[in-house]
Amino acid sequence: MLLNISTTHNPATDLSFLLHKHPDKLQSVELATGKAHIFYSEATTDNCSVNLLLDINPIELVKNNRNNSSDFALAHYVNDRPYVASSFMSVAISKAFSTALNGKCSKRPELLDQVMDFEVKISVLPAPKGGELLIRRLFEPLGYEVILQRHQLDANFPEWGDSKYYTLNLKGACKLKELLSHLYVLIPVLDTNKHYWVNQSEVEKLLAKGEGWLGNHPEKEQITKRYLRGIGGLTRNALDRLIENDLEEQPIEVEEESEVVKKKESLHHQRLKLALQELKNSGAKRVVDLGCGEGKLLKSLLKEKQFEEILGVDVSYKTLEKAMEKLHYNEMSPKQKERIKLIQGSLTYRDKRLDGYDAAAIIEVIEHLDLNRLRSFERVVFEFSKPKVVVLTTPNREYNELFESMATDSFRHTDHRFEWTRKEFSNWAGQVANSHGYDVEIKPVGEEDEKVGAPSQMAIFKLSEL
Amino acid sequence: MVKTMNKIKIPELSLVVLIGVSGSGKSTFAKRVFKETEIISSDKCRAMVSDDENNQAATVDAFELLHYISSKRLKNGHLTVIDATNVQTEARKPLVQLARDYHCLPVAIVLDVPEKICQARNDERVDRNFGKHVLRQQRSQLKRSIRNLKREGFRHVHVLSSVEEIDAIQKIQREKLYNDKKEVSGPFDIIGDIHGCIDEAIELLQKLGYNVDEIAYDNESFGYKVANPEGRKALFLGDLVDRGPNSPAVLKLVMSMVKSGIAYCVPGNHDMKLQKYLSGKNVQIKHGLEQTVEQLSQESEDFKNTVKEFLYGLVSHYVFDKGKLVIAHAGLKEEMQGRGSGAVRSFCMYGETTGETDEFGLPVRHNWAADYRGRAKVVYGHTPVPEAQWLNKTIDIDTGCVFGGKLTALRYPEEELVSVPAKMMYAEPARPYKLEADSSLSHQHELDDLLDIDDVIGKRIVATSLQNNITIREENSIAALEVMSRFAMNPKWLIYLPPTMSPSETSDIDEYLEHPKEAFKYFKSQGIDKVICEEKHMGSRAILVVCKDENAVKERFGIENEGIGACFTRTGRNFFNDSALENAFLNRVQLALTHSGFWTKFNTDWVCLDTELMPWSAKAQSLLKDQYASVGASASAALANVIGNLEITQKRGIDGVDQLLESYMAKSEMIGDYTKAYGNYCWPVNGLDDYKLAPFHILATDGETHMNKNHEWHMETIKSICEADPKLMVATPYQLIDLDDDSQIESAIAWWTELTEKGGEGMVVKPLDFVAHGKKGLVQPAIKCRGKEYLRIIYGPEYTLQENLKVLKNRGLGRKRSLALREFALGLEALDRFVKKEPLRKVHECVFGVLALESEAVDPRL
Repeated sequence: MLLNISTTHNPATDLSFLLHKHPDKLQSVELATGKAHIFYSEATTDNCSVNLLLDINPIELVKNNRNNSSDFALAHYVNDRPYVASSFMSVAISKAFSTALNGKCSKRPELLDQVMDFEVKISVLPAPKGGELLIRRLFEPLGYEVILQRHQLDANFPEWGDSKYYTLNLKGACKLKELLSHLYVLIPVLDTNKHYWVNQSEVEKLLAKGEGWLGNHPEKEQITKRYLRGIGGLTRNALDRLIENDLEEQPIEVEEESEVVKKKESLHHQRLKLALQELKNSGAKRVVDLGCGEGKLLKSLLKEKQFEEILGVDVSYKTLEKAMEKLHYNEMSPKQKERIKLIQGSLTYRDKRLDGYDAAAIIEVIEHLDLNRLRSFERVVFEFSKPKVVVLTTPNREYNELFESMATDSFRHTDHRFEWTRKEFSNWAGQVANSHGYDVEIKPVGEEDEKVGAPSQMAIFKLSEL
Repeated sequence: MVKTMNKIKIPELSLVVLIGVSGSGKSTFAKRVFKETEIISSDKCRAMVSDDENNQAATVDAFELLHYISSKRLKNGHLTVIDATNVQTEARKPLVQLARDYHCLPVAIVLDVPEKICQARNDERVDRNFGKHVLRQQRSQLKRSIRNLKREGFRHVHVLSSVEEIDAIQKIQREKLYNDKKEVSGPFDIIGDIHGCIDEAIELLQKLGYNVDEIAYDNESFGYKVANPEGRKALFLGDLVDRGPNSPAVLKLVMSMVKSGIAYCVPGNHDMKLQKYLSGKNVQIKHGLEQTVEQLSQESEDFKNTVKEFLYGLVSHYVFDKGKLVIAHAGLKEEMQGRGSGAVRSFCMYGETTGETDEFGLPVRHNWAADYRGRAKVVYGHTPVPEAQWLNKTIDIDTGCVFGGKLTALRYPEEELVSVPAKMMYAEPARPYKLEADSSLSHQHELDDLLDIDDVIGKRIVATSLQNNITIREENSIAALEVMSRFAMNPKWLIYLPPTMSPSETSDIDEYLEHPKEAFKYFKSQGIDKVICEEKHMGSRAILVVCKDENAVKERFGIENEGIGACFTRTGRNFFNDSALENAFLNRVQLALTHSGFWTKFNTDWVCLDTELMPWSAKAQSLLKDQYASVGASASAALANVIGNLEITQKRGIDGVDQLLESYMAKSEMIGDYTKAYGNYCWPVNGLDDYKLAPFHILATDGETHMNKNHEWHMETIKSICEADPKLMVATPYQLIDLDDDSQIESAIAWWTELTEKGGEGMVVKPLDFVAHGKKGLVQPAIKCRGKEYLRIIYGPEYTLQENLKVLKNRGLGRKRSLALREFALGLEALDRFVKKEPLRKVHECVFGVLALESEAVDPRL
């Protein structure tokens, strides 16, 4: 909520000329949901220190946002927006220091190109797990010295540990316009929460501020991506109100984005390829993808003429909508539409719509079920739907030790209820096959390690009379 | 002069096919004697699909529509009249099939009017201009049709051969089907397959309180005089004969009782085979018929004839007690109940067979009862089972007497099973029926292991006793399906989910958003005089199901190997992530219940409790850290810097900075209050002893819910349980308030103020009665009044600023309150159905409904 910029440039008060703000006055500008105050805590030739202080009314904030989006979960009524430096701070910079940000100074134009020594203090910056590294990666390439102070969550509960908030100190020498542009763009980049942009044009304005430095920034991709993430993300649907907060998706760690995530992605790709191959080999014409997610497998199934009827099932309606979008379902020709159908379904309720398929793909699904619900799943698939072939995959827990960043005893995804070793998986698969009249074969998915096997494992069930 | 008929008799549920050429007056006739909605006219259907009644090009579509509407009507049990020429066999054939599909009787009414009259009528109409040849052709088709109608499948054919005859018909008399005994309500004693076991049959009747005397044989009594107890009636499920020692005696007994009006009897497949034999038809004399034939050889021809007539007259099934009870030998699907067709009769006799035979050479039966969704209870026999068990409101009470099992009766409406053991094994069963006793779970529990998605998805209407029909919108069931599938526990545990609770109206006292005064005012306005104020604990809502032992879990919940109970959140999620901790916790509660003598006192081996489990931090750890503490941390850190810089600036004597500093100091103070507020509900949890459980409702125990007891009873009963384990369990402090007594109101307000100033969440005000009806119907079951400091964690740290309070006081409660009532009704309905041992899907439907309603958009701060 506070941005403090100081300089020891001589005369330091040049700063006030550049900022176009009188050093001996308290000035305020109006923001959409509050104000920003500008005042100098020091204004001498040796040191000039300007403060930009946000004064956001949290109640107004909620009210305003209720008008232009549907609504908020409770957590959003009690939020850190008024107290952090977020997109509001960028808006405040552009309002309070617009002339400087735009590189104008009618009275002393020669100051525009003046490189000054600056010290900047921001209270406070939100940065999720691993955020410290990101902050450094954002500011250090621009030539700043970065000093970070991380804050404790609650002094009364030291066992809760540190919060995600930092006070950031930057030291560096540059032109004021550059400094302000850096701050204007990078402060919101650090914020994984929703942005409060008024509209799309605000985004374009913002990207214009990156001119001259963003293009060469080593993290430019990440900056752009994180920046745009918040757009249009204000609506929450009925479902979100039900999902209790402790299972909300954790922001991905910064380090993870580079290593594990990439590894996981390529693994997923391999898994789908293998599953597709097995489905093709089975000779199936009518296939169902149980837990189809956003439809990656469906997309490859559609490309194969062999599959005449494809059904995608997922428990999440929102995911199905995304799948339809990604498959361009609504633009499909009638002939193509005839081949594919997407429905919301659950693997723990018996469902006649799943009867009579030649093959079913169940890719990385079972580990999302509680162990004691697995029996219902088995009955739904193997006793009632009874496809002739079932291709099923799940992670191999043993392999987790090769993911360096993973803590021991944790799972690959926060929603995984269990992960199995190779032995546990083959025991389960054997027992399922046995009690429902299937034969089963187990295959590794991904490159096999000598000791711990492949990262993922696949079981191919075939109805015994085949 | 020939006397013309003035009425036609037809079965109550029939498909009436009018047959007559164009202009014969079908529509006029139909309008005169049938209800408008009963008549489906081909002309109207043509108009509906093409805007033109006479558009012959639309004929195909029009008839598709006609058949579709008719099928919907027949499915729903409504008489339907087809107003079309229907002069061709091809036109009538699909209609006869339609009637068969819906097990109702096709009736033909022929309007045979001279061609000249028809022609004249058509000429008068400008829209009918087809040539004479068309009429002539129709008429010749009609003439040819009349004699074939019976053969085509029409059970009743009425030919009206002149305008006079048509005009003479004043009334269509609708007759009930023979199986309709809805007006007979019992009480009944329903008796399973006797198969000639006369001794057991008499013994069972006596055990049921009937007086059976053997008297001299005559054609009325057949040698038995039976007196029934208190107006009870016996219902025999058929298979009176074959295999057993004395089939003629059983026939005599049953015929005597039916004749004297104290019994009804439906036929079994064995009875029908005997009937065929007696009628001289060629039947194979085996499967026990050989014994019956042998036994009958001692009887007179006259008796055999009477038996033949008696069996012939038996009606396939009966519907009793306003449609609530159906009896049939082999059971009956919902869509066949109260209907008549060959298929119905065959189902009643043999059940549903797949056409295959099993390893014992017997037909494989489809378990229709597993799919049964009907409202009526169905009592049947036919398939011997070791024990009679309810499954989806159906029960097979053939317990294999003739095979050495027992003869069983079901008392209705008491639903009590009474049986007598077989004196010996009279016949060897072809298939060892006791094999089925393998599974340790009951049939219902086994079936309930897997719910069907059709029972939850889409738009649903749930009938509850408290609020009639509650509609669940599709978008809400979509959300509930995901949450239920991804996060909820085994649905067999989920016999209840709690309703949401509305706060009071906002207070007119300046510094308060909520205050007890408004809660009292609400109840008073509803005409409630006595309320209870309970301290509101700030933890997490938890529903507990606790059983006396694992056996009770199996018997009552049909769950194996999941411990002695469950503890779940308001969305049906397991409360604990750590199963060892969960077990230890449930064991402690179970022990407290045992020590307090709960099981004996309530004559139960399970209980469902509504509770608050503390501390809040135990369940909401991540919410606290990611949300509440985070806001506190960011605000404290930032405000410290802000105040520091403002203080430095203040020294520079700049205008306005003083005020600014003051307002930020105030913010800082509010943040301090805020962190203190949530801090009150947090303490470290290292083991079971750090938890506190505060139950506040005893929802249900075996055979009963406790909604009929008032809250004082709940509080006091719970107190006695808590005393058994004061370390874990807390009795909730409460006050009873008479709303007419101002001093009591004052004292309650004082108590609330004291509680909330100490950091308490506040209190809940409830009508003293669990379920209270007021002037405007059902009253809110509870209203919460939250404390001023507590509300900071709901409305934000700075909500207490006057300008903010002013905005916040303007809030609507309508949706929240309507939701609270609907969820309350659904929750209680779920419990009610569970204690009545209804199938799980019926319970689940309600619980699923609560979850679905919870996804409706309501301000979450309320």
